[in-house]
Amino acid sequence: MHPFKAKWIALLGAVSVLCAAPASAQMLINGAGATFPFPIYSKWFNEYAKVDPSVRFNYQSIGSGGGQKQILSETVDFGASDGPMSDDNLAKAPRALWHFPTVAGADVVTYNLPGSPRLRVDGPTIAGIFLGKISKWSDPAIASQNPDIKLPDLDIVVIHRSDGSGTTYIFTDYLSKVSPDWKEKVGKGTSVSWPSGIGGKGNEGVSGQVKQVPGSVGYIELAYAKQNGLTYADVKNSSGNYITPAIESVTEALATADIPDDFRFSMVNPPGSGAYPISGTTWLLVYAEQKDHAKGEKLVQFLKWAYSDGEKLAPGLDYAPLPDALVKRALERVQGIKY
Amino acid sequence: MTIPSPMFPLPAPGSQLPNRVFKWAAALAAVTIVVLIVLVGWELYAGSRQSLSKFGAGFLWSSEWDPVAEKYGALPFIFGTLVSSLLALVIAVPLGIATALFLTELAPLRLRQPIVMAIEMLAAVPSVIFGLWGIFVLIPWLRDHAFVWLKHYLGFLPLFQGPIYGVSMLAAGIVIAIMILPIVTSISREILRSVPNLQREAAYALGATRWEVLRIAVLSYARRGLFGAAILGLGRALGETMAVTMVIGNRPQISASLFAPGYTLASVVANEFTEATTDLYLSSLFELGLVLLAVTILVNVAAQIMLKSMTGGVSSKAA
Repeated sequence: MHPFKAKWIALLGAVSVLCAAPASAQMLINGAGATFPFPIYSKWFNEYAKVDPSVRFNYQSIGSGGGQKQILSETVDFGASDGPMSDDNLAKAPRALWHFPTVAGADVVTYNLPGSPRLRVDGPTIAGIFLGKISKWSDPAIASQNPDIKLPDLDIVVIHRSDGSGTTYIFTDYLSKVSPDWKEKVGKGTSVSWPSGIGGKGNEGVSGQVKQVPGSVGYIELAYAKQNGLTYADVKNSSGNYITPAIESVTEALATADIPDDFRFSMVNPPGSGAYPISGTTWLLVYAEQKDHAKGEKLVQFLKWAYSDGEKLAPGLDYAPLPDALVKRALERVQGIKY
Repeated sequence: MTIPSPMFPLPAPGSQLPNRVFKWAAALAAVTIVVLIVLVGWELYAGSRQSLSKFGAGFLWSSEWDPVAEKYGALPFIFGTLVSSLLALVIAVPLGIATALFLTELAPLRLRQPIVMAIEMLAAVPSVIFGLWGIFVLIPWLRDHAFVWLKHYLGFLPLFQGPIYGVSMLAAGIVIAIMILPIVTSISREILRSVPNLQREAAYALGATRWEVLRIAVLSYARRGLFGAAILGLGRALGETMAVTMVIGNRPQISASLFAPGYTLASVVANEFTEATTDLYLSSLFELGLVLLAVTILVNVAAQIMLKSMTGGVSSKAA
């Protein structure tokens, strides 16, 4: 080799070693999955970097499907999903894979009506609208619940999400629970075969359509609706009360939902008298036995921090934090992770 | 030797090396493209095996797309892809060729460069911007004015019947048309510029008017090349994803009305891939990708055949 060339290569090598050195001292923990909790997770990882600078979290919000796939093939250290994993998918895991609920959110029913009145609706009415059976705003099913509001004789235009999403999962999960008709004809999932209406991409796509089309109705995340000042309906819960969607009524829904030991649960239509019925949680997916001792230790430390300090950051970003009883149960589970 | 010795030293006679290296490098680049397409096709095939064996050919003509019941069919998406692209071509090709004609034949010289730049800037706008513009500007206007007008005057045609939502196959066609307009225009311009001036002069010499010159000497000479420009535009139209999904309404249905919402192959893959959790669901999305690749190849092959049948006379020289 030419001596001049050799010198350059040596120099380049030295530079690259110098650049790589600080990065390699920091441990990197990779995660991937759900998009719904991405804002709060980013906040957590940023804040946690101040608590423990020796570890850095890298989270890719590629969607729940991708999150489940990647944690199953162990290409990431933790996964994240907006829906609980199915028994089929969980059976593919090489060893016990645990669900950890982190924060909850809600879907609101938003609409475009003259004067933006605050409507009150119950589950079967929402199902009827989205099934295409209730096609006018003046329909007695809606009017009887809103005697004080003069409803126009306007066609209802249904707007739903076109992209697969946890928001759709929560919404269709709720409709399946309150309407046998919906359960039989459509069912629940991150994408479903919609009996009527048009699809908008993302919360912004749905709310954009709703804002523009008179007489339209759609469902979007509570956080998005609050941040954009949209009109949304009070929904009748299982105790017969009309509840305004808010962080408190979602946390109450979590507190009264029936939650099994594996934390794979649905919290729609819970029994609490002040609970908002169309809400759901999101999960981190972590193996019960960590292969890498050092990483496992850091991950457990992070989870403990997330359940104690992290939860307090949730309301600031319009997520509902977990109630204390559930945090306690989750923390006990975290203690069980072996590394 | 009859050749005089050169002023500068030539490489030694044995040194064919640079030539060979260049030849192989160029060949490698060309082969890479072919290999890439084959690999993409193979990956799509491998990913869609489960769906292929479960649904067979029925996948192509089933209209059902139900992720909950795990029943999948591609027909509404194929329909949406073809119709929206075709609409885009119908709008963009005459506009593009007319613009190119104006730029090469009619426009004053000092106007040409600014217009060319404006068209090239159109090509640089990201597709999501077109989508947002579609949602917030184009669609309200279409819904409140253009569609109402079309329904009023042309409502007797099945194409312009049914409820008006704004988001629709026609809106998608218009947005795609705007997006492929730059490529159709710039290629058409290059083609028209390559028409030799002799052609024009000969026509003028025969006493042709300006319009006759354009028609006989320029357009018919450049016919093949212009057809090629349209095909390149079509290739882009078939694969447009983001902007289309924002304005087409995303409803897998087949409707004669252009006011009705539709759905395209590329859009459904982009929309549903991230949250698809079951194997069959993912596999069916892969198969949609495979179908899109096949549709694109078929359309191009059909175009080649049409192009061949068009040849004849001077028109075959351009392109």
